[in-house]
Amino acid sequence: MKTGNLFRKAAAAPHILWSVMFIVFPLLFVIYFAFTDSYGNFTFDNITGLSGYTNTFILSIGFALIATVVCILIGYPLAYFISKTAPSKQKILIVLLMLPMWINLLIRTYSLMSLLDNGGLINGMLSNLGLPKLKMVGTGGAVILGMIYDFLPYMVLPIYTTMTKLDQRYIEAARDLGCNNFQVLTKVIIPLTVPGIISGITMVFVPSISTFYISQKLGGGTFDLIGDTIERQFQNELTYNTGAAISLIMMILILISLAVMNKFADNDEDGGIIV
Amino acid sequence: MKNLSRFYIGLIFLLLFAPILVLVVFSFNTSGSTTHFAGLSLKWYFELFKDKVAIKALENSLFLAVFSSLIATLIGTFAALGIDRMRNKKIQGAIKTVTNIPMMNPDIVTGVSMMLFFVAVGGFLHFSNSLGRTSMLIAHVTFNLPYVILSVLPRFKQMDSHLSEAALDLGCTPAQTFFKVELPSLAPGIAAGLMLAFTLSLDDFVISHFVSSPDFVTLPLYVYNQTAHEVKYSMYALCTIIILTVLVLLLLINFANADSLKKLKGKKAKRAKKLAGRD
Repeated sequence: MKTGNLFRKAAAAPHILWSVMFIVFPLLFVIYFAFTDSYGNFTFDNITGLSGYTNTFILSIGFALIATVVCILIGYPLAYFISKTAPSKQKILIVLLMLPMWINLLIRTYSLMSLLDNGGLINGMLSNLGLPKLKMVGTGGAVILGMIYDFLPYMVLPIYTTMTKLDQRYIEAARDLGCNNFQVLTKVIIPLTVPGIISGITMVFVPSISTFYISQKLGGGTFDLIGDTIERQFQNELTYNTGAAISLIMMILILISLAVMNKFADNDEDGGIIV
Repeated sequence: MKNLSRFYIGLIFLLLFAPILVLVVFSFNTSGSTTHFAGLSLKWYFELFKDKVAIKALENSLFLAVFSSLIATLIGTFAALGIDRMRNKKIQGAIKTVTNIPMMNPDIVTGVSMMLFFVAVGGFLHFSNSLGRTSMLIAHVTFNLPYVILSVLPRFKQMDSHLSEAALDLGCTPAQTFFKVELPSLAPGIAAGLMLAFTLSLDDFVISHFVSSPDFVTLPLYVYNQTAHEVKYSMYALCTIIILTVLVLLLLINFANADSLKKLKGKKAKRAKKLAGRD
């Protein structure tokens, strides 16, 4: 059995080595750069200097929160309705829902821009009708709409998964005990699908708060989100340290909120990953 | 309720697909405009195929997708084997946590961290170019690994451990047991992991944006560069090609699944009939 154990242990070794080299070390470099200046001297300036980016953080968190809440409000009923359709139809609807997820984010954002742009389809139709053009690209609404449009399927799918796994006997029991449809929904279905909602929230909130393409395309350069700020710092070698500091703070914020949310979702295996 | 449900599902799907449909339709437009459709033409497609950078980007993307998914599947499958049998739960938990970091972290942080790492290491070793093909391959393998492990690990849990014990009792070495008994029952998980890794690699933009250099451009990076300043209709054509490819692949996968499912059901039914006949 000894050689067996050795084989088992050696099996994970390349992966462990790889993870240390290319996951742990790079993160240590982020920490190193966050606490040094461009000459490599230790400093807290990068972190304290972040107070200048307070507005960026507030704006990003605000946009991502709005997008996440709207995704829940639109996505929850959608997941519920889909789970109530006939099984053969359900399968087609889920494939349709997954289709946008397989299309690159850049393409989806770009396609939305082709609708909302000043020379885009909606404004073209408006001017054909003799109406004034609407300025959509370059507004905060367009950025939030982009986040909702890009990430809505990621909210619907985990919620749908937990709904289909729901033990139907709970619903029958609630009915037998005198609940009406609305009560069944609020007292049984919603509480039992919280794990799905939570993985949906992480899958919408994390990419929304860290995006830069959506705000570049749909914000028309007027909105500077955390992602934009980080991306800009890494175009120039002199500002790597500031960029690392912002990345570090964002990572810590996100990891803390993930940990807090996982406390609420007691099982971590539901709908966490989408294939 | 039924009508409301239908209306709601229809409306959301319409909104979800409207922009994509507009993009596809206007990629065939003669005039360079998204406001009126002047006539059918393939001129944007021809313009795209004339662009050598686009063809090179496609080659690079396929190279990365093939090799990063193969390497990640190889490392990841063995990792799952090792992690599954680990006695020390603390070490097991630590490895799982580190593995999942690229999945939990925002892509931009993963990208930035790897870029800093490659630039620093490259600078230390006096490389002329620290970013490019190699850094991209390493990065893609790294973000693919957790997905491969996540697809393969549950298969180990479902596996009947008596089978491997029997193989060992019958004189197989642990390595033989793995290749002859365990690997075949892991195959569906490995295949799923491989496919997932392949598509994730093709699709990645954010991490690639940070760890690549201008002389190694993938398709998403090409789209990004091309859409940076103005609307380009050859990009509509490229996007349409990508969308249609995805659509065909997704349909194929689903038909294949439905088919194998039917066969499986057929076999089960036959077996049930046989059993019933025997009784």
